[in-house]
Amino acid sequence: MALQHKFISTERFFDLILHSEITNMTINEKQDAIIEEFAFYDDWMEKYEHIIELGKELPLIDEQYKTENHLIKGCQSKVWLHADFSDGKINFTADSDAIITKGLVGMMIEVLSGHSPKEIAETDIYFIDKIGLKSHLSPTRSNGLLSMLKQMKLYAVALYNK
Amino acid sequence: MQHFDIDKVRKDFPILAETVYGKPLVYLDNGATTQKPQAVIDALVTYYSSYNSNVHRGVHFLSQKATDAEEAARRGVQQFINAAREEEIIFTKGTTDSINLVAFSFAKRYIQPGDEIIISEMEHHSNIVPWQMACEERGAVLKVWRMDENGTLPLAELDHLLTEKTKILAVTWVSNTLGTVNPIAEIVAKAHAANVPVMVDAAQAIQHVPVDVQALDIDFLVFSGHKIYGPTGIGILYGKSAWLSDMPPYQGGGSMIKTVSFDGTTYADLPFRFEAGTPNVSGAIGLHAALQYVQAIGLDKIAAYEHELLQYAEAQLLTVPGLRFIGTAPEKSATHSFLIGNLHPFDVGELLDKQGIAVRTGHHCCQPIMDKFGIPGTVRASFSFYNTKAEVDALVAGLHKAVAMLS
Repeated sequence: MALQHKFISTERFFDLILHSEITNMTINEKQDAIIEEFAFYDDWMEKYEHIIELGKELPLIDEQYKTENHLIKGCQSKVWLHADFSDGKINFTADSDAIITKGLVGMMIEVLSGHSPKEIAETDIYFIDKIGLKSHLSPTRSNGLLSMLKQMKLYAVALYNK
Repeated sequence: MQHFDIDKVRKDFPILAETVYGKPLVYLDNGATTQKPQAVIDALVTYYSSYNSNVHRGVHFLSQKATDAEEAARRGVQQFINAAREEEIIFTKGTTDSINLVAFSFAKRYIQPGDEIIISEMEHHSNIVPWQMACEERGAVLKVWRMDENGTLPLAELDHLLTEKTKILAVTWVSNTLGTVNPIAEIVAKAHAANVPVMVDAAQAIQHVPVDVQALDIDFLVFSGHKIYGPTGIGILYGKSAWLSDMPPYQGGGSMIKTVSFDGTTYADLPFRFEAGTPNVSGAIGLHAALQYVQAIGLDKIAAYEHELLQYAEAQLLTVPGLRFIGTAPEKSATHSFLIGNLHPFDVGELLDKQGIAVRTGHHCCQPIMDKFGIPGTVRASFSFYNTKAEVDALVAGLHKAVAMLS
């Protein structure tokens, strides 16, 4: 698998994230690819530079969806989430007003988008923990990421149970 | 002014030698909680290893020793804030607990439907919500003393707010978010002229400003032990005995009674009437050690040093492109809240964290302040007398780096 090649460049990573090569990967393969990617950084600031780059450069959500309706409630950094369901697969788009959150949101979306409600509902998100950013999924963090993940799962569960 | 020996002071706080993410810890979150000197840690260890016992109950040696230590702590607090009597010092869980006690008991005794309670716009949630609950319970009206754009409470406004229906004014001495130091003497004088008692939230003042409740004629004063270098879980309510002895108990249980029968119960005298259940003995002892530590250095010296540090930090922080302060009152204490351009405070705080610099980000439990300024939160650096100019420099360098990464 392409992503498991060591010393992948950031540009190459974007390429893979943004384009078709990963569309056939399972959720866990995508998570593992991200973990592998982050294993190259042993310095925290490099890791954040990468996340910030992801946050800055990924166009995430159509402006028309950045409304109260799409806002994840109860968070200090804002996260907007939009979901589309077609051909049996869910595609998410999202945005955040905090760049680091936005980078993490981007990865979360990349991991879960393009999968069936069943896959999403049953998946265990472990890559955030493995790349050392577990604190972002702490309930006291209130940065929107955990609420967003819950929202994504709820959406999937609702479709799955139909 | 002659300062204390900063190197010696820093050695008194073992945690300051810690590293985080391989970097020396720069602890600038003192508004959230302060670190503990060895003297406080030792007092706790000694208590638990040599005389841990329940107080006011046993006839045995250890119980007597623990009781003596707890009551010595009460007198230590009394002396620290210059209260007239030791029974005016009530041990609580913390500032929040103290405020809830006052809000509940005072409202139950004195507040009728249609009465008014005044709080300020810069209060911590803990000095808002208990009063909202009291108003709801008693059918009273909560009035808010608005601040200006600098984060200052205009004294003249208070004249319009105080009415014949006003029953109490609850106000913070120092804003945890803005650093504003409110003119408590003038506020109390105005309120008293209108026959209104004042509850002062001293959570952010007690560790920075010398406090004399008699000189200021304060009716109620509340603070937490952990913000003045003591343990968590211990707090103080000071109340004039004329008020406290007239107020009904807040919680029922052991220790707060004189006699109990199924026909009825009579309550103990002050201070025990407000101290139901086994108290936080170790907390009281640790707080006492903390107050003694602070007194040995001197709050005047601490205040002077922190003022100098705050001014230095202000000048240095302004070198960060796009930085603006939230809260620019003429009188500030130990705290700078700020934003940089349109960067999110979470992003800035997280990048500081990974450089070993601990600050607070978010709304600081003051959502109304954030609403007023129309911001999602701030980055807050809050200082203590164990912080140094070198640490301010580290903060500023960390901010420059964060800005470069985020912009």
